[in-house]
This record gives sequence, C-alpha cells and structure tokens, in this order.
Amino acid sequence: MTQMALSPPPVAAEDPRDRGGPAQPMLIVDGIRKYFPIRAGVLNRTVAEVKAVDDISFYVLKGETLGIVGESGCGKSTLARLLMHLVDRDEGHLILDGDLVGEETGVPLDGLRRALQMVFQDSYSSLNPRLPIEQSIAYGPKVQGASSKVAKAQARALMEKVGLKANLFAQRYPHELSGGQKQRVNIARALALDPRLLILDEAVSALDKSVEAQVLNLLEDLKKQLNLTYIFISHDLHVVRYISDRVLVMYLGQVVEIGPVDQIYEDPQHPYTQALLACRLSMDPEERVEAAPLAGDPPNPVNPPSGCRFHTRCPFMEDVCMAKAPGLGDVLRSSADDHLAACHMVHPGSGHSRAPLPVRA
Amino acid sequence: MTDALANSLAAAPVQSAPAARVRSYWGGVWQRLRYDYVTLFCIALIILIVLSAVFAPWLAPFDPYKSSMAHRLRPIGYRQFLLGTDEQGRDMLSRLLYGGRVSLLMGIVPVLLATLVGGMFGVVAGYYGRKVNMGIMRTMDIFFAFPSVLLAVAISGSLGGGITNQMLTLTVVLIPPICRVAETATSQVRNMDFVDAARATGASTTSILFTHVLINVMSPVLVYASTLVSISIILASGLSFLGLGVSPPTADWGLMLSTLRQSIYVQPLVSAIPGVAILVTSIAFNLVSDGLRQAMDVKA
Repeated sequence: MTQMALSPPPVAAEDPRDRGGPAQPMLIVDGIRKYFPIRAGVLNRTVAEVKAVDDISFYVLKGETLGIVGESGCGKSTLARLLMHLVDRDEGHLILDGDLVGEETGVPLDGLRRALQMVFQDSYSSLNPRLPIEQSIAYGPKVQGASSKVAKAQARALMEKVGLKANLFAQRYPHELSGGQKQRVNIARALALDPRLLILDEAVSALDKSVEAQVLNLLEDLKKQLNLTYIFISHDLHVVRYISDRVLVMYLGQVVEIGPVDQIYEDPQHPYTQALLACRLSMDPEERVEAAPLAGDPPNPVNPPSGCRFHTRCPFMEDVCMAKAPGLGDVLRSSADDHLAACHMVHPGSGHSRAPLPVRA
Repeated sequence: MTDALANSLAAAPVQSAPAARVRSYWGGVWQRLRYDYVTLFCIALIILIVLSAVFAPWLAPFDPYKSSMAHRLRPIGYRQFLLGTDEQGRDMLSRLLYGGRVSLLMGIVPVLLATLVGGMFGVVAGYYGRKVNMGIMRTMDIFFAFPSVLLAVAISGSLGGGITNQMLTLTVVLIPPICRVAETATSQVRNMDFVDAARATGASTTSILFTHVLINVMSPVLVYASTLVSISIILASGLSFLGLGVSPPTADWGLMLSTLRQSIYVQPLVSAIPGVAILVTSIAFNLVSDGLRQAMDVKA
C-alpha cells in the first residue's frame, strides 16, 4: 500500500458544544446492523431477512466530510436512516462526541436529534406540499420549544443563509420552487436545529449539473461558517471526490473499503472500488470504456453470496473468496489516514494467489 | 423561477425585495373557486335549500300536517297550493320545506360524524401501519362486505325507527368508506420524506399528525365526504321509504316519495316533487365536491 504524505487530520475549530475534545470523533458507528424481515404466509412468519446493513463500523472526525459511495441498493440510505434513528437498529452502538446514543447513560435521543440532521434525496417528497416553506423550516425549532415568532425569524435568517431571499420565498409552497431552491430549503430546514453533523443523502443527485455545483459550493461555505461535519452519501463519484476528505465504499450492506479520498481514487485496493471508479465517465473521448467493468445486478441481499460478497462479480475470484469472508480490519482503531480494504488480495497470507506474502518475523 | 434568477435577484442592489403577497391556504382555495361558476351556483343553491329548510315555519304557506279530504291530490298550481297537495290533502310546498329539515339533517349530520370517526380511524391505521392497520381495516372490511343499503336496513331494523337511530345507522354505514379513503391518503403521506424529516426533529407523533399528515389528508377526505352527503340523503330517504326511518306523518322527502308512490298514476308530477328535491340536492352536493377537489389542489 502506498503511503501518501500524511496530512494533519482535520481538527475542528473550538466549538462551545464540543464535549469530547477535538480528537474525539464526531460520530463513532460500532457494528451497526439492520435486517429487514420478509414476512409471508398465513401466519406472517419471517421467512427471510434482507441484510440491508450488516455489521458496519466507521467513525467521522470533527470537521471532516466522509463520503459514502456504492451502487443503488447497497444500503447507503438505510445506513443514513439508522444513524438518524428513523429506523431502529438491530444491533450496534452509536457514539456521538464521546457519548453513547440512546442508552440510559448516554445522550438522549432528543440530544442526538439536535446534533444530527439529514438532508433528503428527493426534494419533492421531503417538503410538505401544504406548508409554506417558511413554516417547513420553522417546524423543527418550534418542536424544540422555540416560540412561533422566534422560529419564524430563525427560518428567515436561514433562508438568507442558504441563498434564498426570505421576502420572496417565505410564503411560497414547495411546488412553486425549482429543484435547486427546494434543496436549499431542505438544507435550511436541516440547519434549523443547529446540528453539528449533517447527513446528506444523495442531496445533490437529483439536480442538474450547474445547480448541483451551486449547492455543493453552498455546502462548502456552510460547513466553514457553521463548523459542520458532513456524511455525504452519493453514487456520483466525481462529486464525492470533490467534497470528501475520506471515502467509505459500500457493497451489499458492508464496508468494502475505507480511506482518504486521494488514496481511494488513485490507488483503489478492492476490485469493487476499482470497477466503480472505472465506470466514471472520462472527459477524454480517447479513454472510452468499452466493456462494462461490472456486469449484472448486485446479488440479492436476502441471500448474500458466501465468503466475500463480491466474489460473484469479481474478476480475481478464487476458491478462498467463496470460502472465507475477508475482514476489513479494525476500522475503529485505525487512523484517519489508514486505507483499509476487505479483500483477500490485500491481506497477507490470506491464501489468494495475488495476496502479498505474509511478513515473517 | 430558476436558481440563477433567484441569485441575480438576491444580488440585485435593491435592498428590500417586495414581500410576496401573503395568501393563506384557504385564501388560495377561494382564488381558484372564484371563477368556477358551476360550483359557485351549486353552493348558492345549497345555501338556498338549507335556508328554506331552516326558515320553513315562516316560509310555508300552510301547516304541513293539516290534511283536508276535500283537496286530495290537487295538481301543481291548483289555487293556493303552489305545488299541489298530497294524498291526504296536505300542501306539498309546506311539506317539502319542512321535509328538507329532516332530509338535510340526514345528509349532513351522519357525514360529519362519519368523517370525524372514520377519518380518525383511517389516519391512525394509515400512520401506524402493520397490526393497527390490520385491526382497523379488516374490521372495516367486514362492513364493506355488505351492500350499504342492506347494512343500513339491518342496523336500522335492529335499532328501530326514529331520527336519532336513523342518523346513527347512516353514520355507521358511512364510516368504512371514509376510513378507507383516509387510510389510503395517510399511508401515502406517511411514506413521504417530509414525515421522516419531521420525526428527525424529534417531533411527537401528535404534532406530526396535526402539522404534516392531517393537512395533506384533509382535502381528499373532505371532498369524498361531500360526495357522501347526497348518498346519505338518498339512503335516508330509502330507509324512510321502507318505513325504517322517520315515521309518518313527519315530513321527510323519502317518506313523502314513499307514500305518494301509490298516487303516481293520479298525479305523476306531484308524486315526483320529493324525488326532484332529492335529486337537485344530491347533484348540487356532488358538483360542489367536484369543484372543491379542484380548488383545494394547491398545484392547480
């Protein structure tokens, strides 16, 4: 593995809300798991489970942007909803700035909700069609106890912050706005509770390119202004590279590779990441990709392949891949500069013919 | 308006953009309704019918219960009887005005009650889903299994006649369809991201239901309920016709139609008058509900 020049980890500026100190990750996700039961039959018994998110661990440092990429259906959005507690997790822990979330001793859910907010993918369905946008934004503060007047003033201030003239837009309904404007409203709403970590679930994917660029720039500005941390979920690899500090690659509910953005993009270790990156469209017509690097659909998450989940589509598949699932390594103990991949080809002594030789003592 | 334009507006040196005219939701509904003349006409008609029923004692030229053997089954326009007389010589116009009181009550009260009860069950079933939904909707399905008229007859038959029992019967009959509409609308809204966004702010279920769900469920339910007014009037008339509703000599459109049917060969026009009243009222309610549906659509 090539070691890039070590850049100092991004350390957030002092924040009065900070509890765990600058080195404490903003959010630690430890072994989170969610299986959705499939019920069938007269007795409504669980006949199978969709392994949507299967034992995922990672952390997000304060002030960094963690990009999460993967195909459709790999569990990115479920992961986001798990982090937001919109879906109950089956197993695993969340540690928010040093405090366990949801347990009796840790941060209550309400505290999490203030610290963690989400911008949804579908700007159409994420705004109530019957509420003027000012009220949509003011709803969160009102729920958290602000008076109607204060919440409205806050909503107007936030609208200005995301580049919408409050005088012009406050009373409009969502259908009277363009996609980009709606997404700005969504961002304003997410910011209304003054969160520290923003989960952006395909937040710019539905926008056309010029508007997408505007919104990305807005996100960058807001991040600096408000001292935010981002989890940026997207399938657009160019956008993820532009905005992220580190990247996490998901496949079929699991993390297959995690590392600093430049290492992932310049030296992908996992064949799945390599294939994903090969799918990117190049600006150079000479570098046309003739064959699709990944054929077929991802396997069914109800019944994931044995061993390495990617072995059915992997060009380097060997017997060991079918027999044994490659581990990612201890993500939570790794440093932010470490580049980990769950592939037998990078683990010394795994039994794969391309694996590096085990280091002898 | 595009983002670019919005930005250029934002960047414009004009310090204060003129505030967009504040128009409430209902203000918008009125704006759309203003030019819908058919709906406006029907609303006026309904108001007229309601007023004439309310002020029946002052408007009616005769006592609706005073019979006269000498003036049985007079044709329309016979002397002082503007709409003729019925088989007992009672003034049809007076009976029609008084009958409107009962019939409109039967049209509106059960629908209101059923909208409250059925709407509540539907929203709860749609929002909570799973077992709650199963429990509520399968119960409703049992009611759906019977044709509404049969169900009304069965309930009414076991409860007995009288205005209160008839309204109760109609309410029970109307709850399942309203519940179904509310449930469908709610489960659609429930899966929208804005409900998740509201949950993410830590809002209570009650707050989400009232701020985000009801406002979106309201218009389909209200519109559907307004179509049920005419159905309720007709059902009530049917019950009275069968002798399961109000009892004679109470003036009621359905009952009048029932008793006059024997005279259809003698005075066909007079016999048809209560039916015309039912027809006009139902059509007016139906057209109003149609117009409301269009007017309540914010995106129109």
